[in-house]
Amino acid sequence: MSISKKDVEHVARLARLALTEEEKDRYTTQLGQILGYVDKLSQLNTDNVPPTSHVLPMSNVWREDKTEPSTGETLGSPEEILANAPEREGPLFKVKKVIE
Amino acid sequence: MSFTNLTATEIAQKVKTKEFKAEAIATAYLDRIKALDPKIKAFNEVFIDRALKQAADVDAKIAKGEAVGPLAGVPIAIKDNMLIRGERCTCSSRILEGFVATYDSTVVRKLRAAGAVFLGRTNLDEFAMGSSTENSAFHTTRNPWDTERIPGGSSGGSAAAVASRMAPLALGSDTGGSIRQPASLCGVLGFKPTYGRVSRFGLIAFASSLDQIGPFATTAQDAALLLQVIAGHDDRDSTSVNQSVPDYVTALGKGLKGLRIGLPKEYFIGGMDPEVDKAVREAVKTLESFGATSREISLPHTDHGLAVYYVLAPSEASSNLSRFDGVRYGRRAKDVKNLLELYEKSRGEGFGPEVKRRIMIGTYALSSGYYDAYYAKAQKVRTLVKQDFDNAFKDVDIIATPTSPSTAFKIGEKASDPMQMYLSDIFTISCNLAGLPGLSLPCGFSKTKLPIGLQLLGRPFEEGTLLSAVHHYEQAKSWNKETPNIAV
Repeated sequence: MSISKKDVEHVARLARLALTEEEKDRYTTQLGQILGYVDKLSQLNTDNVPPTSHVLPMSNVWREDKTEPSTGETLGSPEEILANAPEREGPLFKVKKVIE
Repeated sequence: MSFTNLTATEIAQKVKTKEFKAEAIATAYLDRIKALDPKIKAFNEVFIDRALKQAADVDAKIAKGEAVGPLAGVPIAIKDNMLIRGERCTCSSRILEGFVATYDSTVVRKLRAAGAVFLGRTNLDEFAMGSSTENSAFHTTRNPWDTERIPGGSSGGSAAAVASRMAPLALGSDTGGSIRQPASLCGVLGFKPTYGRVSRFGLIAFASSLDQIGPFATTAQDAALLLQVIAGHDDRDSTSVNQSVPDYVTALGKGLKGLRIGLPKEYFIGGMDPEVDKAVREAVKTLESFGATSREISLPHTDHGLAVYYVLAPSEASSNLSRFDGVRYGRRAKDVKNLLELYEKSRGEGFGPEVKRRIMIGTYALSSGYYDAYYAKAQKVRTLVKQDFDNAFKDVDIIATPTSPSTAFKIGEKASDPMQMYLSDIFTISCNLAGLPGLSLPCGFSKTKLPIGLQLLGRPFEEGTLLSAVHHYEQAKSWNKETPNIAV
């Protein structure tokens, strides 16, 4: 399996990862090796094999759609959650302008 | 007698009957951590005040004659990827710098209710991706049996803490062997329950179709005690199974007469450390002395399991880790021009090399044009791996294998070659792909006094059968009572 540096740059953009030139070179080699190993899967005939997305015989699990107060017992109070924000303005998370 | 030689079961009994104060127990463990952890580095943080306060609360309840839980006064170390409200949680990653958990994970909530005393957060490979703790952004944990060697991973901090008796119990998480492999390399019992047996709510997700939380302990009885507390359905984890939890401590007494043990020929391969091979075969003979029988079986897709894992786990990780974007918590890059650059730089600076590598593999495998060849194909081969086990369990009740092909390797030995590192998980991965319960127990030592682990795999939800096998083994062999020199 051969991976080009251009492939690595494309995937890094999809994954929202800023990589240095040195990282791009390293991942070009290593991704090729790992995907080469994984290619052994193509040796197996799986034409009539169903995929396993869940190992237990479970299908959809439903619950009632009801609101609960947000507290530390469940998901944390709004103030606790906002205290983790790298940047905030009042009760809001602050980011750069989304639409130029 | 030293408090830190007691089992969790003994601590719980003696605290309840007022023979010892929980505070004295907590103090003994905190003192031991203070003395030993500078050498082992199992902990990312030790909760000195919290532990003493929790212990004092247990003592106050007992003094007033109030009912206490099954782990009252029992200290426990918690892998640093499970949320404890009000404490930091880092996944040993720079990207979670400064993050403080705003709620309790379900396992932590249950431990609190049971009266457990939290000693601290233990080190791991960043986001549980690795087999040595060398991928931690903070430090590499040392194997207590030889501090030049790795403790295994990703739950290496929890395994090393229990092995050096800095904690009688610990929690880990296991996606491809992250409880069993470090348990094996550190000489303790590590147990990954059936997928769905323990809620993952509040466990920071790595690969959701594989992740499971489980105990580290020194005896089967202690593992049963802890599993009893954390097992069960949880409305907040839709993959947790709504099935009653049996009494695991009672199950320990169930005899092994007639128990059929399968030895998969694919797991006893050339290139394996002969000392490991020998110790594992002898351990099976010991189980036979209690009336069990063994036979060779075949799990033909074993060799493909690792390839399936290294498609599925990174794919799921690339999706799960998209939440770390520098917006709501954690590290945010400075001096960025726009939102896209904020994401890219925060993630590029915040994640370490292995996490980035896996995000890249996963994103590639899920990307347009490659999905069928990698992800969809791996999901189908996963079915073949699972069918191997379904067929095997028609003829046998449990499966015995080595946990790891070798004993603990040296720090730095495999760090530069990701494929070599991935191969150290070769015996533990299929269990996660099939959702089975699996454990590793100490079954001997190499000539150089490094622990060797026996892996036992069972049918889904038959945790009790595995624990009873370990419990009987412990009556015949006392490997689990050996402690490293550093801890004497």
